[in-house]
This record gives sequence, structure tokens and C-alpha cells, in this order.
Amino acid sequence: MSDPAVSPFANERALKRLRRRRAADRRFKWYGRMAIGFALAALALLLASITTQAMSAATYHVVTFNLDLEKETFGGLKPDDPPPVDKVYGLVRADLLAQFPETADNPVLRHDLTELITRLAVLPVSRDIVRNPRSVGTVREVELPLSDDLDLYLKGANARHLTVPIGRVSAEEKDGILTLTAEGAYKRLIAAVSLEGMLAPEALNTGSILMTAGQSTLKVSTLDPSRITGSLLTGNLQDFGTYPVRARLITSPESERTVSDQQIAWLLALKAEGRVSRVPHWSLLTHTDSTQPELAGALAAIMGSLLTLLVTASMAIPVGILASIYLEEFATRNRVTDLIEVNINNLAAVPSIVFGLLGAAVFLGAFGLPRSAPVVGGLVLALLILPVVIIASRTALKAVPQSIRDAALAIGASRMQTVFHHVLPLAAPGMLTGAILGMARALGETAPLLLIGMVAFVAEVPRSPTDEATALPVLIYSWATQAERAWEPMTGAVILILLAFLIAMNGVVVFLRRKFERRW
Amino acid sequence: MLSQLSHLPMDFLLLAAAVTLASFGFIAGRLRAEQFSFPGDIHPNSRPNAHGYFVLMWSLVPVVLVALGYIFFGEGTSRAILRSELPDGFSILTSGELTTYLDTVARAARIPDFLSGEHVFDTVTERYGEIRGTVNIFTLVFALALSVAGMFLSRRCLSPGFRARQHVESGIEWFLFLCAALAIATTVGIVASLVFESLRFFAEVPVWDFLLGTRWNAQTSAEFGALPLFFGTFMISFFAMMVAAPIGLYAAIYLSEYASGQVRSIIKPVLEVLAGIPTVVYGFFALLVIAPAVRSIALWINQLLIAWGFADGAVLAAQPTSALAAGIVMGIMVIPFVSSLSDDVIRAVPQSLRDGAYAMGATKAEAVRQVVVPAALPGIIAALLLAVSRAIGETMIVVMAAGQRARISPDPTSDLTTITVQIVSLLTGESEFDSPKTLSAFALGLVLFVVTLLFNLVAINVVKRFREKYE
Repeated sequence: MSDPAVSPFANERALKRLRRRRAADRRFKWYGRMAIGFALAALALLLASITTQAMSAATYHVVTFNLDLEKETFGGLKPDDPPPVDKVYGLVRADLLAQFPETADNPVLRHDLTELITRLAVLPVSRDIVRNPRSVGTVREVELPLSDDLDLYLKGANARHLTVPIGRVSAEEKDGILTLTAEGAYKRLIAAVSLEGMLAPEALNTGSILMTAGQSTLKVSTLDPSRITGSLLTGNLQDFGTYPVRARLITSPESERTVSDQQIAWLLALKAEGRVSRVPHWSLLTHTDSTQPELAGALAAIMGSLLTLLVTASMAIPVGILASIYLEEFATRNRVTDLIEVNINNLAAVPSIVFGLLGAAVFLGAFGLPRSAPVVGGLVLALLILPVVIIASRTALKAVPQSIRDAALAIGASRMQTVFHHVLPLAAPGMLTGAILGMARALGETAPLLLIGMVAFVAEVPRSPTDEATALPVLIYSWATQAERAWEPMTGAVILILLAFLIAMNGVVVFLRRKFERRW
Repeated sequence: MLSQLSHLPMDFLLLAAAVTLASFGFIAGRLRAEQFSFPGDIHPNSRPNAHGYFVLMWSLVPVVLVALGYIFFGEGTSRAILRSELPDGFSILTSGELTTYLDTVARAARIPDFLSGEHVFDTVTERYGEIRGTVNIFTLVFALALSVAGMFLSRRCLSPGFRARQHVESGIEWFLFLCAALAIATTVGIVASLVFESLRFFAEVPVWDFLLGTRWNAQTSAEFGALPLFFGTFMISFFAMMVAAPIGLYAAIYLSEYASGQVRSIIKPVLEVLAGIPTVVYGFFALLVIAPAVRSIALWINQLLIAWGFADGAVLAAQPTSALAAGIVMGIMVIPFVSSLSDDVIRAVPQSLRDGAYAMGATKAEAVRQVVVPAALPGIIAALLLAVSRAIGETMIVVMAAGQRARISPDPTSDLTTITVQIVSLLTGESEFDSPKTLSAFALGLVLFVVTLLFNLVAINVVKRFREKYE
């Protein structure tokens, strides 16, 4: 009987079946691992893609200008005058035009050149001049953000480019055509050109080759192993004789890019002069929304979100906690309380957009409250998170042992005194965590706010809950749906701001749980 | 004079009145109670503070009620009075135009000494200001009078034997009940607003045309056949569940049956992070990563089919935003809803069932597949239903990544639109509430509410039964 050879489970077929079953068991375990792996990978991909976008927007390029604020032009400004944007922009324009004389008689080039800095970029400086009239009469050094397309170009995100160092060459000019000669110096460049799949420069439309030396740039029209000809975009002939030359390959045709070769040449000249620098993008936090990506910031939306949350918190937290106290401590089981219970459970699962419809129909339509105002948004979100707060608070109340209540009642406290003097303080940390989780939910909610009109373009920082405002998630939505490329990294950055708020809130929850959680 | 009163800072005044009257009430009650001094060992029923709170309660409640009435009905009443006084010439305006006109009037009246130069408008604005001023002064006087009356009447009740604390406590209990009843009020508000606006919509568009019509063109022309929207919602939720159901289930099984406690305590919160990320972030992720990926894969499949001679032209639509992309991302979002609820129900299956299976010689996988999962099936189905309801009601992902075109197409890479997308696009940047266009959003909202409610009710009931079975 104990002889394995005669055991019905030890024959070849049984062992094979056993192996198959064990393999199936292992496979099953791996399916589970793969499912978790997929979910974690999706989370990682999401965070990584947003973070890379945001990193690109964490810094941006600014150009330094020395603005001569003459008394004749800027004197006599009163504190409530409109900021002299046009005058200041005139100075910036004049500075650029003087720097690049080739634009003198060419209106198209002048226009292209002024695209480097948008007009509204000088608005903060202009406001500052009005506020501090003492800076009038001095030369002021200001840093103005570079237009978004050129900023993206310098970050390598717009029109891929690569540089090939060439070295010293000899340069000469004939009939406006520059010739750069150096024995065999361009072999590497030619190799790079063919590697990139660009055609020879004569048959262009596949990209451009720019040669830079010092502050001068020329655009290549013919390319030989030891001889280059081309036309000067900016600068002068001498630079090519004195400075080492670098070639810059731009692998997309000029007609398909948002930056022209000429603009790149100017940009490189400004950069060689040391006037372009990459600085942290603080204006993302200090500016309000703008039509220009390089000028836009999230300040108005952050304030709008804070005001909205203030309204939400001041309604949802007290009402939610009091409601949970009623349901947990006072309610006797009858039809009304049953109805309330069912309602709370259902409301927790009603799609958020339905609350938006409620807000639009009742708060805006029936009560005539103002559109786009944080007070309406806050009320709608308060109704939305009320079930969350109530359910969490009830769990916290349930966790307080009955013996505490019995003890209080036994020494003669009334039910109200028992709850408010003894049960509530013990349940408070749990209630608070529930409230914070509810607020975190409210902070990320978008759809109801869209329906009550908090999607407007808001250029003013809202100061009271009845001002027109927008909120962080709504700002993310409106920036994400913009067509221009430069909005993508900006959106990523705002998402990181939002996630930072959420992480902070959840961090507080974890801290509270660690510190106050007790087992009875 | 009256129109000057319309600029009163009413919020502040009412708040100040409430605070002042409440403090007065408290002091009055307490002082009165302190006069009850007794020789010997006779004590009053309640302590002086309780008497104070009793008077405070009765002086505060009238102010709060009047203030709430003012906030919710002040504007409406003023407008109703103004409307009844408008000359007959205004009857040529439709009710929507009249509302817009009155909005402008109200805005103008808020600016002190506003004059547009147009005589009729200025007269109406002036009159509106007068009405507002009357309402304001009436509200204030009424609040004050009621509150003072309450204060005096309640103060007269006080006596040494008066059970002030019990009265205050039952007052508080009533307040607690009102807070809890707000949940009912919210549901009633939702149902009433949806049904009311939908009825107005169905007065103009027949119900069956709405539910079964196949052409939806609410923005430009008045075509309200919502079937393409239902189809889009169904398709996207289907794709979402194709992602979320297997992954959520296998994750739940692994976490509850295979993973060690340590692994579980790390992975579970990380999975729940997926549920905490705002949906607008998922929308951006769909737009940025998944939609382009879906598109390029679709283009590649098209090329492949053409190269192998299976097709002459493009088979897949390969749109920049597609139902599949929105569905995948929504599926990722829904994973934690499936996994954490299924995890709970699988863990609730009694260990004795597993032990029984092992005793019969089952491997772990066989025990899970043939014993544990069937036992937990009602709960798992409930989890899936809740996830479906979540997917149907989800808005931002589809608004950003699913598209706007209402059509019925089985191609997963074409852009479809959903109920929620249309609600958003119909109601953003639109303020009048009378056109069928805006009203149709409420009809869609009603459908959404009813469908998700059904899913939730079924799911909640199934879970309840399941709990009762094993507990």
C-alpha cells in the first residue's frame, strides 16, 4: 500500500497531469503579477510623462535689456495711470532693431525680429515703472521672456537640431555671397547631413544648415568638403575669420516650423552676446492667465481654487460632521433616517457632472447667484463631497468605544454632553482626516465647475468668493486643449502644482493617522 | 433714497445683526438666570449658561431664517415685482430675452449713480434699485423685529424651574437633523431640477425622438436624437471595462490570495493613488500619450493591411482623439475601484471554503478559480457594476480625449462622443436656460442620473446580500 510504484497517483499520466496543474497554478500567479505590473506601469508612465513635460516648463529663456527710462518719456506718471506698455515696448523694439541693422529697410524682417519678445511681456515692467517712479531717469536692466516658439527651439523641443564643430576657416565675400574655405573641414558636416537624411543644401526644403561664428550666422547654400557658400543672415564677415565656426543642422524645412532661420540667427547672436539666459520659471506661480504661453501663470487659478475650497470647507465640514453625529448618535431607526442613509449612499455614487447640472439649474437659474463665482463652485463641491465627509465621520464615531459613552451617561451627563464633551474629541482626528480627503476630492474636481461657468479666461486675481474666478483643474483643462505646442509643458507644470497640493493634503492625513490613531 | 438703500452691504449687515443679537440674547438670558438666587439647597434646573443659550437660540434662529430667505429669494422677488410693473411694450421680449435684460439691469443697478443715457433702461434700473432698496430695508427690519420678539418671548419663559438645557439640547438635535436631511434635500434638488428642465425639453422634442433618434446636432441645428451619444458612452465604457475588469480582478486575486502582508501593504495604497489622481490629469495623459500612440498603431495597422493586400484604403479611421484612447485611460482610472472592492469581497470569503478545496487536493489557482471566485461572485459583480457606473459618468477624460462627433461607428479608433461630453459642450459659455439646446443637456443628465442610479442600487443591494450571507 505504501509502495509508491503501485500508487495510482505516481504513474506517468498522473505526474504529467500534476505538472500541468502546477504550471497552471504558476501561470495564474503570474497573471496577477502582470495585472499589478500593468497598473503600476500605467501610473509610472502617467507620472513620468507629466513630469518630463513639467521639467521643460520649470525653466525658461529670458533676454536681458538695458532700458533707458528717460525723464522726457516716462516723467510725470501718476500712480493710477495705465502702465506705459507701448512706450516701454518701443524701447525694446528700438534696442533690437539697433542690434540687427539688416532689418533697417525690410518691414518683413522687422516684424519677424519683434516676434522675439511679445508686446505684453513688458507689462510687469511697465506696471513697476508706474508704481516706482524713482526708476525713471535711470537705465534699468530687465529680463523679458523669450517668445514661446523660440524658447521651445532653444530647449530642443521645437525643430530638432544638432551642432557640428568645424573650427577655423578663412572667409571672403563676393557679391553678397560668403565663401568659407578650409581644407577638408566639412567632411564631418557632410556625413552628418547624409546621416540625418537631409538632401544637399541646393535641393533644400528638407532643412537648413546655419554656420555660426561669434555673433554672426550665415545660411549655407552650397556645401563641398572644403568649401561652403552662403548668404549672411546677421553679423559680419570678420567674425568668421576670427572665431571658431560651428555648423547647426536643423532637420525640418523652414516652411514647416514656427521659427525661421533668420530668427534663429538673431537668437544665436543674442545668446553669443550673453543676453539670453535660462532662469527658473517663477512667473508660472506669480502671473495670471494670458494668451501668450510664456507670460501665463496659475496665480489666479490657485487663488480661485483656494477661495472655492474655503467655501466648500466652511459648508461641507460642519454640516457633514453634524449630520454624521445625528445619524450615528441620535437617530432612531425609522423611515426618515433610513431614507437619509439610502440617500447618502446614492449621492456618493452620483456622477459629479450631475452636481454641476444641479448647480446650473438651482444656484444659477433659480436663486440667481453670480456665474463663474467661487461661492457657487464651493457650494456645488460641498454638496458633492458631503457624502464622503459624512461616511468618514461616521466611521470615526463608530470607532469610539461604547464604554466611553456609558461612562459619561453614568455620571449624569446628558446625551448631548456625552457626545460633545467626550465622543467628539476622541473622534476628531478621524473626522478631520475624512474632511481633508473630501477636500482633496473637491480640489481635483473639474466637471461641475465647467457647468457653472468657472471656465472663463480670468486675468485678475479673484479677491472675494463672488468675483469671477477659475480653478486649478479647470485651468489645466483649458490649457491642455489649446493648440499651441508651448502649452503642453505649461499644463504639465500646473498639474504638478495641483498634485503637490493633493500630496500635501494626503500627507497631513497620513500624519494625523500615525499620530492619533489608537486601538481601543 | 430707496435706490441708495439697494447698495447696502446686506451680507455684512445680516451677519453683524446675527452676531450682535445672539450675544445680546445670551447676556440677557444669563443675567436673568443669575437673578434666581435661592436660599438653602434648592437649585434651578439648569445652569445660567443654559438659560443664556436658550435666549441666544431664539434670537438667532429668526435672523438666520430671514437671512436665508433673503439670500435665496431676495433677487427673485425683486425681479418678480419689477416684471409685474413693466409696461406692456416689454411683452414683445421672449422670457429668455427678458431674463438677459434684467441681468443687465441688475448689473447696472449695482454701480452707484449709473447712467447709460438710454431713458427706458435708466428708468427701469432706477425702479429696480428702489425695489431692491425696499426689499433690503424690509428684510433688515423684519429680521430685527422677529429676533427682538424672539428674545423677549424666550426671556419671559425663564424661571428657576425652567428646563433650559433640555430645550437647548432638543434645539441642537433639530439642527443636527436638518444637517443630515440636507442629503435628502440634495437628492430632491437634483431630481427636481433634472425632471423639471427635462419636462420642458420634452414639451418641445418628443421623448422617443430623443431616446431613439440617430442624429444628434444640438449645437447648430435642432436635431436631438441621442442614440449616438448612448452608443459612444457604451463603447467607451466597454473599452474601459475591457482594461479594468481583468486587470482589477487579477490584481485583487493576487493581493488577497498570493501577496505577503508586506507586499500588500505597499501595493494597495499605490493602486489607490490611481483613484486619487484628478480625472483632468488623466485627460491630459490621454491627450498627450495614449491618443497619439493609438493613432500611430492604427496607422501602422492600416499600412500593414494595405501592404498585405487585405484592403485597398485606410480601414481604421485613426483619428487624433479616439474612443479607444479614452477607453484605455478610463480603464486605468477605474482599476482601483474594481480591485479594492473585489479584494474586500474575496477576503470576506471564509477561510473554511479554501481549506475545504485544499483538502480535496486543489492547487491554489484551482481553489481560487473554482471555489473562492464563485463564492465571491456577487460581490465581484457589484464591484464591476460600480466601476461601469463610474465610467459612464466620467466626464473630463472623454471631454479631452474622445471627441465631439456624434455618430455610430464600430471603429474603435474613430472619435465618438458621449452623454457627458455633450452636457459639457452644451452648457459651457451659455447662460440662458430656455432654448431646447440647453434644456437637452438636462434631459441627458436625467438619463445619466437614472442609469448610474440603477447600477448603484443593484450593486449596493448585491453587496448587502453578499455581506449578510457570510457574516
